[in-house]
Amino acid sequence: MAYSDKIKEIYQNQLTGIQEAGLFKQERFIHSSQDAEIEVEFPTGSAPKKVINVCANNYLGLSSHPEVIKAAHEGLDTRGYGMSSVRFICGTQDIHRELENKVSEFLGTEDTILFPSCMDANAGVFEAILTSEDIMISDRLVHASIIDGMRLCAAQHDTFKHSDMAHLEKKLQLHADKRLKVVINDGVYSMDGDTAKLDEMAALCEKYDALLFVDESHSSGFIGKTGRGTHEKCGVMGKIDIITTTFGKALGGASGGCVSGRKEIVEMCRQKARPYLFSNTIAPVVVSGVLRVLDILSQSTERRDKLEENTKFWRKGLTEAGFVLKDGDTPIVPVMLFNAKLAQDFSKDLFDLGIYAIGFFFPVVPQGAARIRTQISAGHEMHHLEKALDAFIQVGKKYDILGKTKQEIIEMYGN
Amino acid sequence: MEDMKEIILEYVIEEYCDEENDDVTFDTPLISGGIVDSFSMVSLKRFLENKYKISIPDADASPEAFDTVNKIEVLVKRFQ
Ligand SMILES: Cc1ncc(COP(=O)(O)O)c(C=O)c1O
Repeated sequence: MAYSDKIKEIYQNQLTGIQEAGLFKQERFIHSSQDAEIEVEFPTGSAPKKVINVCANNYLGLSSHPEVIKAAHEGLDTRGYGMSSVRFICGTQDIHRELENKVSEFLGTEDTILFPSCMDANAGVFEAILTSEDIMISDRLVHASIIDGMRLCAAQHDTFKHSDMAHLEKKLQLHADKRLKVVINDGVYSMDGDTAKLDEMAALCEKYDALLFVDESHSSGFIGKTGRGTHEKCGVMGKIDIITTTFGKALGGASGGCVSGRKEIVEMCRQKARPYLFSNTIAPVVVSGVLRVLDILSQSTERRDKLEENTKFWRKGLTEAGFVLKDGDTPIVPVMLFNAKLAQDFSKDLFDLGIYAIGFFFPVVPQGAARIRTQISAGHEMHHLEKALDAFIQVGKKYDILGKTKQEIIEMYGN
Repeated sequence: MEDMKEIILEYVIEEYCDEENDDVTFDTPLISGGIVDSFSMVSLKRFLENKYKISIPDADASPEAFDTVNKIEVLVKRFQ
């Protein structure tokens, strides 16, 4: 037996360290399908409790939509359960290519390649298309999967201050001598809910002959007039060279991701991206579900319109109640509490009132920027939002933070 | 010649800080304090190498060695 006491102790000590630092993550078991209302077992061992969910990425309420479930059943019946192969051996079905074409059409791009997840898309894309002569210039708040992808790539890298276009321009000038330059950012930032200045970025990229990359995981399906994403909202459709996105959030919420964009870049990924080459792609049942999701969204903007209305109601309600929010207009609405313990206590009190929303604190967000991140869905009905708002106000009153400024809250609770 | 520490501090503030966190001093923990993330550290390394005409091996460019302006000065002098 190689798992000696000494080895065991090394891990036990590390786990204890994580626990003592208050960073130990615990799963909560949900006994229902994903929806506006879910049944949560919390604490573990207790009877499941019915709560309104305001922390899922289920922006369009499609995760358990009857039509999507029906399409998935049909996919299961006609294309089977698994492929038992990677794409380029015998793991590609007609529906995989059909989905790639549909995604290109939806995003307004030249071509698309599926990945097992968007984490995999981000992990694989940079290495497939860049060499040590190139430079990746990324926003400092990009998603962890992008950071991992950049770490796996031999290209040089640099960063710019979050959404600071003057700083980005300086970096583009500094690296003018590199073979290829890629500017890398998220379309909507998942922790703050703010939107990238893609129009300004596209102009800078044109000026300095740089490629533009954007991760649309928190935008695809609902940002922009017809839900195509941040590039639609910013009026730069067709100008983004590389888009990555996930099917694990608004677009049905199951799993899977893709790289979409310039034809040659997508082809390079097909030839070289390791998570594509060495891992099974999305299961047929999920592909069938996503195809239906894209049909639903292409036929009508009803769901994203409802999401916009719900978001307006929610932001207005919380603002009028006197909470400190992060500015923005996306369905990611962070309620700022600044102190980590306050965020945890607040979340627990909400749960007691039937509202499921999670506290985020360092190191997921910067020190002193603890918050409850709420996420609104087209699956929420007005009565859900009204009940959730009532609960927020009730707990806000308990901690006496309504109408208080950031400074005042920090004075009361620390940061 | 300007003091090396002053020059480094000036760069750190310009490159990494905004109104919310510009009260950085010579011994403010930059990386462990969350002001500079380890991924963004690379521009600081590049700046030092260009400014002082040195080359810092990756093995020496650890987050610990870059954690304060004081420590960075020690590091730079080691490779001058
Ligand atoms: C911005 C961003 N990119 C990528 C991912 C990863 O997506 P997936 O679940 O498809 O791997 C996430 C999910 O957390 C994300 O928020």
